[in-house]
Amino acid sequence: MQVTRRQFFKICSAGLGGSSIAMLGYSPTAALAEVREFKLARATETRNMCPYCSVSCGVLAYSIGDKSKNAKAEIIHIEGDPDNPVNRGTLCPKGAGLLDMVHSPNRLKHPEVREAGSNEWKRISWDEAVTRIARHMKADRDANFIEKNAEGTTVNRWNTFGFLASSAAANEPGYLSHKILRSLGAVAFDTQARI
Amino acid sequence: MTNHWVDIKNTDLAIIMGGNAAEAHPCGFKWVIEAKKDRKAKLIVVDPRFTRSASVADFYAPIRAGADIAFLGGVIHYLLSNDKIHHDYVKAYTNAPFLISEGFGFEDGIFTGYNAEKRSYGKDTWQYQKDKDGFAMVDETLQSPNCVFQLMKKHYSRYTPELVSRVTGTPKEDFLKICGMIAETAAPNKTMTILYALGWTEHTVGSQNIRTMAIIQCLLGNMGMAGGGINALRGHANVQGITDMCLYSEVLPGYQSAPTDADKTRADYLAARTPKALRPGQMNFPQNFPKWNTSLMKAFYGNAATKDNDFCYDWLPKKDGAYDTLALFERMHQGKMSGFVCQGFNPLASVANKKKVGDALAKLKYLVIIDPLATDTSEFWKNYGEYNEVDPAKIQTEVFRLPANLFAEEDGSFTNSGRVVQWHWKAADGPGESKGDIEIMAALYLKLKEMYAKDGGKFPDAILNLAWPYRIPAKPSPSELLMEISGKALGDVLDPKDPTKVLVKAGEQIPGFAMLRDDGSTSCGNWIYGGCWSQAGNLTARRDASDPTGLGQTLAWGFAWPANRRILYNRASADLAGKPWDPKRPVLRWTGTAWGGNDIPDMRPDAAPDQNVMPFIMNPEGVARLFAPAMADGPFPEHYEPFETPLDNNPFHPKNPKATSNPAARVFKGDMETFGKAKDFPYVCTTYRLVEHFHFWTKHAHINAVLQPEHFVEIGEALAKEKGIASGDKVKVRSNRGFIKAVAVVTKRIRTLDVDGKKVHTIGIPLHFGFKGLTKPGYITNTLTPFVGDANSQTPEYKAFLVNIEKA
Repeated sequence: MQVTRRQFFKICSAGLGGSSIAMLGYSPTAALAEVREFKLARATETRNMCPYCSVSCGVLAYSIGDKSKNAKAEIIHIEGDPDNPVNRGTLCPKGAGLLDMVHSPNRLKHPEVREAGSNEWKRISWDEAVTRIARHMKADRDANFIEKNAEGTTVNRWNTFGFLASSAAANEPGYLSHKILRSLGAVAFDTQARI
Repeated sequence: MTNHWVDIKNTDLAIIMGGNAAEAHPCGFKWVIEAKKDRKAKLIVVDPRFTRSASVADFYAPIRAGADIAFLGGVIHYLLSNDKIHHDYVKAYTNAPFLISEGFGFEDGIFTGYNAEKRSYGKDTWQYQKDKDGFAMVDETLQSPNCVFQLMKKHYSRYTPELVSRVTGTPKEDFLKICGMIAETAAPNKTMTILYALGWTEHTVGSQNIRTMAIIQCLLGNMGMAGGGINALRGHANVQGITDMCLYSEVLPGYQSAPTDADKTRADYLAARTPKALRPGQMNFPQNFPKWNTSLMKAFYGNAATKDNDFCYDWLPKKDGAYDTLALFERMHQGKMSGFVCQGFNPLASVANKKKVGDALAKLKYLVIIDPLATDTSEFWKNYGEYNEVDPAKIQTEVFRLPANLFAEEDGSFTNSGRVVQWHWKAADGPGESKGDIEIMAALYLKLKEMYAKDGGKFPDAILNLAWPYRIPAKPSPSELLMEISGKALGDVLDPKDPTKVLVKAGEQIPGFAMLRDDGSTSCGNWIYGGCWSQAGNLTARRDASDPTGLGQTLAWGFAWPANRRILYNRASADLAGKPWDPKRPVLRWTGTAWGGNDIPDMRPDAAPDQNVMPFIMNPEGVARLFAPAMADGPFPEHYEPFETPLDNNPFHPKNPKATSNPAARVFKGDMETFGKAKDFPYVCTTYRLVEHFHFWTKHAHINAVLQPEHFVEIGEALAKEKGIASGDKVKVRSNRGFIKAVAVVTKRIRTLDVDGKKVHTIGIPLHFGFKGLTKPGYITNTLTPFVGDANSQTPEYKAFLVNIEKA
């Protein structure tokens, strides 16, 4: 018999159903043989994309938890999306390690500051981080903003503040970053895409 | 890419040059294998190293890093002198017949109009001759000595196989064999595809490397064809999308060139960017610039942008000079910057000349890192021994590090190299207190807005009035943003042919950029993405992979910009009468009443062939440019040596030192002295990526760090023997900017080349290592690279510079 992987999961979960029924006492015999459940069978499958190179392979991210409010999802497996017309389910050695990227011990977990001249990081709250950064930006902008150039043309630029944008960010944060930067008068910004 | 990943399977000949798709883009590269298997297509690889792409090639030839234009110019010479071009295509679809100004010339490596002091060209003589109506003049016979075809023939007549071989180090017979294979695709029903990557862009002649191949593809008639095109295999999963959103100083979203000091008023600004057709009857699509720009200003400033205030034109900053990455770090190094934000970017590792970058960061008052990972840049101030020798006490920069989410932790769209925009869904929250980039940017903006509202300050108008129509202001949703990017009607959009007809009702999402208006009645954050979220919903989330024609177009999968078009310039896949050049792979045909076929026509749908509307609609002349005055360093590509060359001069111009390296490339004050000379640094060095690693990310992922745990340097057997280096030895590689130490790998894959009468050795260095990560701590490769960029794009010259090597 040919059984696909997905059918296999169905069979497994059907078997589980059967044994649960048995537990409720519907079985005439006392013997209970339970199949060990595959974690993937109760995982939630989410369509996502590999963030590495520009082939932008489709991936399926499997997470424990059904996305309900009180269940914290945890990604337990990532594989190529067989439906994606470009990668057709394949992943390369980079993409095959995506789970280790998601769970890298070097992921940043909370805002930090390294004070001038210090040799260490100090954990701070988001509110403190955002307020301190915004204060720096405002002081810098108010001190260095150029409203008119030497010829008297309105130029409204702020060029003592720079910004390098990520090529790994999605289109939506990319667009929003651009919109915000122009509103501040920023001109000294660029992206990874150039280099 | 003008074409797309799956389309590679339709080719007859794939060339990989300036890239290594098998290792850097493996899952896309498999379409080359598919073409080889199903179509009996051939694969050519030209590279300084015998890469894994080369290992499955039908033909491989070595080349000296930085000599690509010499090679490709030689191909042009071969095609022209052996009459292997697609004549009808060249005559009708390129500017070959166009007459160029009589004053145009090229002498000893320099085009007319050169200003040595400014290292730039005045382009007065690089122009079309025009008739009294302002149209460009042409010579259909291609015989006039001033027509592009004859000028090009003359320009490349110097690129003989002998000189090509002398400059590139490619054996002459290998070069000629490749020319012969390329020439076969001049047949109207044959195509060649080129797959290139950073191996072409990261040179001081980067843009012209690509231009030279574009000329070849036009001569062969391969643009617009299935299995053809010019295909950039780009870096990150959304590098194309971020490029399109134009996170660049010089452009607004959708490649609208940003205002400069010269654009005093909005009228000046629009006039300079709204061209007139250069040939009768051409579409001249950029004539719509005011519609795109006005709609963008409505997306940025909403109701505050009105006709009476010039749609807030003065609220856009005007640019007074260069602010590309190199220029930005140059300014920082000069102490002209106070603050700096790195969003998902690790410049200490990825920008040229690590020492200069580190010194520059140390001059900042504040640095903000927004990243999912603890990057090297975020700890530029920390002493990591030999890998980062700094004294934290002396570095007064205040550094903030904000945890960002990764791909799997948010919804949003990525645009792949083939311009296909695809939506992805969140699978889990990020770790700890991490947030998405949208939320982080919104938090910074809203805090600033609050401060400006409360305390006032310099020019608060643009900040206070930025359109912010998001349901949860602190957390705009990706859906809301993509809808804003795609665009909507603010008032009813009427049919210009029949104003009683409403094309799009007020409040509706627009179906495409053709609906945009310049009167403020439409809003669109990025015109080229127009229609990606129409009234039908989010088209980037479509997952119908059906492919009825077998060409791999999958028109109902995601959304390709522009207009869901999968192959750009596809009108050129058919002859003048609208009949496909290759009936077996038809992309487009004239049906008698309209253009139709297997793609969205890159042409006005009702433009009958006898109206002679040419396929390259983004050019005011309607045709492709063999001669391109827009380039900073010459209308025809010319070979120039890398800024660090192993040769004494440019063999094409041995008597003119000004033409040794790109005369129009920008060199910052003081940097000319940082370039090394061949007498001290005799070996050509090139940097690259490994199949197991992605940039500076995967060194933080356990399995990848296990697969490739340690920094290494590849050298050929001849050099190893000369230097007494064995595989496994620790070596020190020095450039004029610093040194790195790593393990030597002695390989047959890098050959010693005969170049201009001498033996030239090449050293190859992967760039993935650094002092942060799960890999063994290592030096940053970009300690070695020169701080100089391409004359057009300012992409640094990472791919060809000089080093010396010794046992450590």
